[in-house]
Order: sequence, then C-alpha cells, then structure tokens
Amino acid sequence: MVDARGLSCPMPVVMVQKEVNANKPSELEVLVDAKVCVENVTRYASSQGYDVKVVEKDGEFSMTLKKK
Amino acid sequence: MGKNSKVNIWVLITGLVIGIAALALTALGNPKNMGFCIACFERDIAGALGLHQAAVVQYVRPEIIGLVLGSFIMSLATKEFKAKAGSSPAVRFILGASVMIGALVFLGCPLRMVIRMGGGDLNAFVGLAGFAIGILIGIFFLKKGFSLKRNYSVTLTEGFVMPVSAVVLLALVIAVPGIFLFSEKGPGSMHAPLFVSLAIAMVVGALAQKSRICMVGGMRDVVMFKDFNLLSGFVVVFVTILIGNVILGNFSGFSTYLQPIAHASQLWNLLGMVIVGWGSVLLGGCPLRQLILAGEGNGDSAVTVFGMVVGAALAHNLKLAGSAASLAEDGTYNAGGIADTGKVAVAIIFVVLLAVSILNIPRLDKKSK
Repeated sequence: MVDARGLSCPMPVVMVQKEVNANKPSELEVLVDAKVCVENVTRYASSQGYDVKVVEKDGEFSMTLKKK
Repeated sequence: MGKNSKVNIWVLITGLVIGIAALALTALGNPKNMGFCIACFERDIAGALGLHQAAVVQYVRPEIIGLVLGSFIMSLATKEFKAKAGSSPAVRFILGASVMIGALVFLGCPLRMVIRMGGGDLNAFVGLAGFAIGILIGIFFLKKGFSLKRNYSVTLTEGFVMPVSAVVLLALVIAVPGIFLFSEKGPGSMHAPLFVSLAIAMVVGALAQKSRICMVGGMRDVVMFKDFNLLSGFVVVFVTILIGNVILGNFSGFSTYLQPIAHASQLWNLLGMVIVGWGSVLLGGCPLRQLILAGEGNGDSAVTVFGMVVGAALAHNLKLAGSAASLAEDGTYNAGGIADTGKVAVAIIFVVLLAVSILNIPRLDKKSK
C-alpha cells in the first residue's frame, strides 16, 4: 500500500512509480487526500496498464490499481 | 508514452485563455510582454505596500488578487477548498524568496518567460534553457527521495488567510488608494483598468484551479512520467501569444536586442531561471500554481507567496534584481544586467537550494525501516 496523504505534487505519483517499478504489483492500494492527486495517479496508472477504482471517504481517497 | 500523453481539455483551454488574457491586458495598458507576470506583480504589490522603495515598480496589481479569488471561488464550487498546512513552512518561505530573487534576476516568472518568448524575446529562450536545467536538477533530488513532508488538515482560518488577504487588499485599494505607493513612471505606472484586470484574472484563476496548469509541472511530468498533460498548456500559451502578437502587429522577429523589460546578460538570464526551475520543483509548483493553491486553502503555498513578496522587497532593497536594457538619448545601447550584489545573491541561493535539497532526502538508514 502507498500512503501519500498530505503530500504535494508530484510525490504521490513518484511513490506509485517507485512501487510499480520495484515490485510490479498486480494490485496496489493508494491513499491520497486531494482530487489533483487522484487525477495524477490515475493518469500515471493507466499509462502503466492499470485499471483504477476510487472510493472517497471523509475527504480522503482510497484508490485501487488493478493490472488489466 | 501510451495513454499518458492524453491531455486534459481544460489545460488547453486554460493555456488559450491565459494567452488571450495576457495579450488583452497588455493592449489595455500593462507593460509590454507583461500581460501576466506573477513575480513582477507580487514585486509591484510589495512596492505599493512600501516594502521596497523602487519608485518605478509600485502598484497594487489586481491580477494577483483576481487569480487568488478565481481559484478560491472555483475551489468552493467544486468542493476542493481544503485548509491544509504544515509541510515545512519555513523552508517553503525561504524557497519562495529564493525563487522570487531568481525570477527578478531574469526579469520574469516562468509564465512571463513564455510570454516573452511569444513576443520574440530571444533572451527568454536562454531563460528557458536555464529553467529546464533547474527542473532537471530538482528532479534529480526528487528521485533521490527529496520531500518537504506531508501537510495536515488545519482549521479553516489557515485556509482563508490568502483569500481574505486578497479581499482586504482589494477593499483598501478601492476605498483608500491614498495609503499605497503608486509609480508615476516606469512599468509600475503602466496597467490595465483595475476592474478589467481583476475580472480577467478571476477567470484565469478559476481555470488555472480547475486545470492545475503549472509552468514547472509541464517539463517535470514529461521527464519523470512521460506525461505531456501540463506541458501542453505551456505550449498553448506560447503559441497563442506568438500568433496574437503577429496578428496585433507587435511582432518584429526574434532578437535579444532591446527587448521590453529584459536584459541581454545571458549568463544571468540562465542562472536566474535555473534557480526558478530548481526552487519551483522543490516547492511542487511554479509561482502561478502557488497562488492558485493558496487560493484553495493551502497554507504552505500562502507562506510561499509571502516569502516571494519578501524576496521581491529584498531584491530591490539590496539591488539584486536585473536592470532592463535601455537606449540612452545619445543612442548608446546598454544591454542591462545585474549588479555585483545580485551575482553574490545568486551564488548564495545556489548554496541554499543545494542544502535544502540534500538535507530533505531521508537518510539511507531510515529508509530501510
């Protein structure tokens, strides 16, 4: 799981990129707390062949990245 | 590059609107190639408040107020307004001041750099090279793990600091303009009508909030993630300005000679923008983006903007800012440039940026936990 809550651009994407490059997970959970981070992580994840599901709760976003 | 090359339509629209807005503001009275300049305008506000005494650059620029309020209103409408702060505020203040001094050495923020490029100012292309180098240096440290650490949810008061400051400044300039210092000549005396500037900037601020347009984010995302989304905005601003200037008859080819409010001291054009690129990557966004984030409740960005205002005051009080090229009455051409104090400041800022970059990389022993 990548917890990128509170981190500003582009740290959330950097963290997801590191995890994807290192472990090539088939499924990855990412926590962020800003819409802009959801957009950025989604753009990056889909470019790497992941489907992205987002659940919002109390202003935080839980993203599930699944390899297509 | 796959799907990552997909660009958000709002970024393109925002780039187009910024370009047209900048051309309109110049036509309505703003200085040449300065429809927008976040650094210059914050510097002018610092001057109007008496924080520096450079008589030619003092004016309460409504564009800054409008950008903040546009972002504030849009973020309320989209429920994105959130009061957040606590990510290394003092370091951000110093970085804001550093970026401002770098920008004033070059004579423009990244947005004005693009506007100058579209106006045919070749000196700005040297700035672009420096900007790119700065961004690459910043990315090097990001890849090493550089982080100013996370922010936290804070009380609404924190989030309202920048929008309320903008409203108060606007109210004062309308009600009691006499308390401010206003330039009688020079760039500070040249401006579009207050309410026109305000309205245009509010539209741009709202769009910039929605699209997340960022001059530094463009190149950064291409290098780091092969993501061309934000860079497309940067390119659209340039193309719009270039075409607009040609149509309006303002374009007379590309040259380094006697460009409006610019100097041809190329080493310092380059180094000034290296500072801006590097510092902005560490901050997570260009000066425009900091204003927009401050408008949507980010206290760390508000502190950065205050740092920029202080940096601007220092730049003029200590004579660090570049002086523009000029033509004397007898026809002698002065290419402009920066004073020795400015050169020393650039050197010191490089040390500061290097220290901030290295000291905010988690140590290896901590990383393995």
